[in-house]
Amino acid sequence: MPKEATPNLGPSLQHDTPPAKDPSPKKQRNWVPVVLIVISITYLALILLIPAANVFAEAFSKGIGPFFEQMTKPNFIHAAKLTLFLALITVPLNTVFGLCAAWAIARRKFPGRALILSIIDLPFSISPVVAGLMIVLLYGRNGWFGPLLQANDIKIIFAFPGMALATAFITMPFVAREVIPVLDEVGFDQEEAAKTLGAKDWQIFWRVTLPSIRWGLLYGVILTNARAMGEFGAVAVVSGNITGKTQPLPLFVEEAYKQYETQAAYSAAVLLTLLAAVTLIAKEILERKTRIKDVE
Amino acid sequence: MAISTPSQPIPAWKNPIRQLSKLSWPWRITLGYLTVMLFLPTVAMLLKASTEGPANFWKIATSPVALATYDVTFITALLAGATNGVFGTLIAWVLVRYNFPFKKAIDAVIDLPFALPTAVAGLTIATVYSDNGWIGALFAPLGIKISFTRLGVWVAMLFISLPFVVRTVQPVLSEMELELEEAAWCLGASQWQTFWQVIFPPLLPAILTGVALGFARAVGEYGSIVIVASNIPYKDLIAPVLVFQRLEQFDYSGATVIGTVLLGISLFILLVINVLQAWGRRYA
Repeated sequence: MPKEATPNLGPSLQHDTPPAKDPSPKKQRNWVPVVLIVISITYLALILLIPAANVFAEAFSKGIGPFFEQMTKPNFIHAAKLTLFLALITVPLNTVFGLCAAWAIARRKFPGRALILSIIDLPFSISPVVAGLMIVLLYGRNGWFGPLLQANDIKIIFAFPGMALATAFITMPFVAREVIPVLDEVGFDQEEAAKTLGAKDWQIFWRVTLPSIRWGLLYGVILTNARAMGEFGAVAVVSGNITGKTQPLPLFVEEAYKQYETQAAYSAAVLLTLLAAVTLIAKEILERKTRIKDVE
Repeated sequence: MAISTPSQPIPAWKNPIRQLSKLSWPWRITLGYLTVMLFLPTVAMLLKASTEGPANFWKIATSPVALATYDVTFITALLAGATNGVFGTLIAWVLVRYNFPFKKAIDAVIDLPFALPTAVAGLTIATVYSDNGWIGALFAPLGIKISFTRLGVWVAMLFISLPFVVRTVQPVLSEMELELEEAAWCLGASQWQTFWQVIFPPLLPAILTGVALGFARAVGEYGSIVIVASNIPYKDLIAPVLVFQRLEQFDYSGATVIGTVLLGISLFILLVINVLQAWGRRYA
């Protein structure tokens, strides 16, 4: 693929590339940028673009009919619903946490601030499988709360609550991470002004803080959602992966692939890829919004 | 607690309970949530690991299978990090310095690995790089198998860690002042000299931070690799998948010990990243 694309791109690139920054007429300047651009795009094609295109090619290789047929199968519908429910539980939970953490941490500088920031980021560094393992060791049959949960007939591992816990663990940092820098930049002058004018805490939050952090917050929520719907490792450990019961979409993709049901795997993969596309587009839009605000 | 002498006034920070009751609601929710969701699970795993005893812990952590998975995981992640260190920097350079068609779209696509569920990445990489896949078919005649081998693990890690390098290097590059390079040229430096002696040194901390971030992510990656690899011990089995397999066999000790090793290494990388970032700030 890239080998075909290279000669076509070459000449047009050369044409579009301005004589970057070097006014002196060195001959080699003309081809260096072109070569670098071609190498970059070839690498991206091999690693990102071709695999991404392949998802759609495989899903629609037999036309659009088989794709929609997959959408009506009960196991698929169950997996999609489960994924939606997981996001519905974990996104609000982590949004509230992220807002509280951001509010608390951005308020003032205090000793240990950097430490708390690192701790909040910790779930990004921990392998999802290890995160799942931790939850099993805590709520599983032999875990700390195992006997207590069993006595009360509450199932967490191999059931929805465990999957929600694992997803919440993995997606914990996103909102806080996006909101803290915005709050840092906005400062608290306006809030203090509102307070001296007699506003209550909730009024200050709704009318002063929230409007100023809304884009950062929205971006954090979108990232949380994308990860919550796509999380695989942590959920695989705690769910038990029972088809039609504890199998959200990403696990459905793997299971179908292992069972040589390529059409089913790729149909579900298309949905998840569209989710990623929407996430990326939303990110572009939100970044533009914040940039425009910066210019003002 | 040594509160036997109540006549002495206790400094505020010495009484955690009173301090806690003074905290505002956001603080209480933050600390409560962190405790339940993060500290409790971590402590549960560490305590479980500590019940093994040092000798047993060491035996499980350094068993031949475990050592083989560390080899596959860390060496491959390191190679993937290094590869992306080179190509990610190149891509960042191209995106910052040159103009070409579809530049905006390509810039946006870099973030795809952040947004794409790992199961999908694994699925499509396994297909594209298999013997009759779009790219794998080019290598199959040469006798090179990519999917279901260590090479496939490497490709999946490349996919996962690429945006970390590009997104760390890009802002540093775009803030770099062109005057410096022009000055170097005016003073007679060649292009290579300008790159290695003027551009590269302030860029290095950013590149290394990006590589370390990508490495950390690649080491913990599970979803895409479990699909791309054949998961055969001593061949292409990675440590996170080994943890998963041990759990499936209800070998909680084995899973916990190897999980603890992974956690320790993640924390170590985190420390390295912090040091690298502090180094990078000196140039800012």
